[in-house]
Amino acid sequence: MAAYREFKEISPNASAGVKTMNWLENRFPTAFDAYKVHMSEYYAPKNFNFWYIFGSLALLVLVIQIVTGIFLVMNYKPDAAKAFESVEYIMRDVPWGWLIRYMHSTGASAFFVVVYLHMFRGLLYGSYRKPRELVWIFGCAIFLALMAEAFMGYLLPWGQMSYWGAQVIVNLFSAIPFIGPDLALLIRGDYVVGDATLNRFFSFHVIAVPLVLLGLVVAHLLALHDVGSNNPDGIEIKGPGKPVDENGHPLDGVPFHPYYSVHDIFGVSIFLFIFSAVIFFAPEFGGYFLEYNNFIPADPLKTPNHIAPVWYFTPFYSMLRAITAEMMYALIACVVLGAGYGVLKAKLPGFIKAGIVVAAVVVIALMLSIDAKFWGVVVMGGAVIILFFLPWLDCSPARSIRYRPSWHKYLYAIFVVWFVVLAYLGVQAPSPIGERVSQVGTLFYFGFFLLMPWWSRLGTPKPVPDRVTFKPH
Amino acid sequence: MSQTQIDSSKRTWLIASSCAGAVGGVAVAVPFVSTFQPSEKAKAAGAAVEVDISSLKPGEKVTVEWRGKPVWIVKRTPEQLAELPKLDSQLADPESKRNPAEFTPPYARNEHRSIKPEILVVVGICTHLGCSPVDKFTPGPQPSLPNDWEGGFLCPCHGSTFDLAGRVFKNKPAPDNLEVPPHMYLSDTKLLIGEDKKA
Repeated sequence: MAAYREFKEISPNASAGVKTMNWLENRFPTAFDAYKVHMSEYYAPKNFNFWYIFGSLALLVLVIQIVTGIFLVMNYKPDAAKAFESVEYIMRDVPWGWLIRYMHSTGASAFFVVVYLHMFRGLLYGSYRKPRELVWIFGCAIFLALMAEAFMGYLLPWGQMSYWGAQVIVNLFSAIPFIGPDLALLIRGDYVVGDATLNRFFSFHVIAVPLVLLGLVVAHLLALHDVGSNNPDGIEIKGPGKPVDENGHPLDGVPFHPYYSVHDIFGVSIFLFIFSAVIFFAPEFGGYFLEYNNFIPADPLKTPNHIAPVWYFTPFYSMLRAITAEMMYALIACVVLGAGYGVLKAKLPGFIKAGIVVAAVVVIALMLSIDAKFWGVVVMGGAVIILFFLPWLDCSPARSIRYRPSWHKYLYAIFVVWFVVLAYLGVQAPSPIGERVSQVGTLFYFGFFLLMPWWSRLGTPKPVPDRVTFKPH
Repeated sequence: MSQTQIDSSKRTWLIASSCAGAVGGVAVAVPFVSTFQPSEKAKAAGAAVEVDISSLKPGEKVTVEWRGKPVWIVKRTPEQLAELPKLDSQLADPESKRNPAEFTPPYARNEHRSIKPEILVVVGICTHLGCSPVDKFTPGPQPSLPNDWEGGFLCPCHGSTFDLAGRVFKNKPAPDNLEVPPHMYLSDTKLLIGEDKKA
């Protein structure tokens, strides 16, 4: 790509600023190209609405987390005997340490708020559809890395919730048949969560996962800028037959800089209002951002009476709790129904049908022979992994919710309601009613995705316009 | 690359050296992954613990730490012991037949899962995901428990319930009964946890 370039000479009468820029461009043209490709000549659709702020905000929160994290590490001690104390030291004795710590802890929750909204935007407008599958997959990988980052970071204050949360999640791995117990031992580095675990989680939290996260963010953005942004209408603004101006730029797009950079600064200001309000007035957020039990030092002999993960993990945690021995029969019934449908109704060659029957029998045998505990882990993991397949599950002729049959909106609304209900149940103590409700919710969550190839084709889509709908202000 | 001529001897060497490189790469990964294993220090920390239970009254529990885990010693009352066989139908594994090698040593494979009928010794770690269950010794209806509760333990994390022999109730997330650690009596009132007579 970087072929030899002519050295650009400019008039000796040019201003000092212009001369400096020319001097730099002659020596580092890549930086100037990148600025054009990603900022001043990256044409984004002009009809973005407020949903499109959350990508930039996620980047902002990432920067906040990295900067505050660097400063926290200067006073934190990753040692089981000193960790809790050193966090309290940061809170009480380090000048302004409390602010840095609250920025970091609130930043973690803000990250998930922003990322969940960002993902929901993708869901609404079909931003994962061809040719943006990889953008979506990188995004899902970022979500996974973020969960790992948040989970390992939560152990570091070494409070009761940190300790028992890590104990539960690491033990999830021991549910895997055969290799599970050894794998859990390998993760902990001791027979129980201890100093070894704290040290390695610290290493992962401050070095390994952030590096992966940054790499994925770069890939996410590069892939996005290669295929171009989607928009609320879900129609392309670039490509053959799309209207362009005399310079070949899309008529329905505007350069990211200055249009969206300024637009995003406005969004950032609003975000920072809310973020600061939480940091200064409700940093614990009623026990949702910083759980009260985590102000008690870790005690390996006593589990707190009520343990729950931080709010952003609770929908998935609910699904884990929903898988009981009884629920397995419901899941087996689902497998039987699915296989029965495939064999009796679908138009497939005989050998594939035979394969479906064999696979169903094998799966059911495994479901009966392996503990519900393991399947709970499978369901919890599957709830995240299934997102990766969204580009191929959605078969709706219209990309954006705007031009899909109206009932799709209600279906998405019900999906959101179930997600919130699962999240709510995840913070509650286990109860028989809660268990039933979370089982229904789990079935709905998976039904929503697994039946998408069927329901997304139903109904008549509304006519999709040729150009984006845009009203100049 | 317009030439389609393939130098097959060069290709063979390329494949051979790539394979050798891959083997080397995997070999280098071994020491890195090995550092994740418990250190020699952690392995050595599993010494047995001695407990004096002379002051333990019926209906009481003491907790001691063994290998970083809580070990409970419960002295059950005769009424509580009498209740145990009646629960069998509600339990997932009343006779501790699942994974006995892992959870129930031979001397505890009985009705009360203990050497002495009244003294229960179990690791207080739920077999589901490793939380420590809480005592619910008072019988009768109470939150998160069935109305015919006869006393036992409740795991606060995912609601698994255990009876006073550490046996798990049916339809709960925990698959196994609570682990009975290797233990033996040094005298009538002295327990050694972490070692038994065979060892």
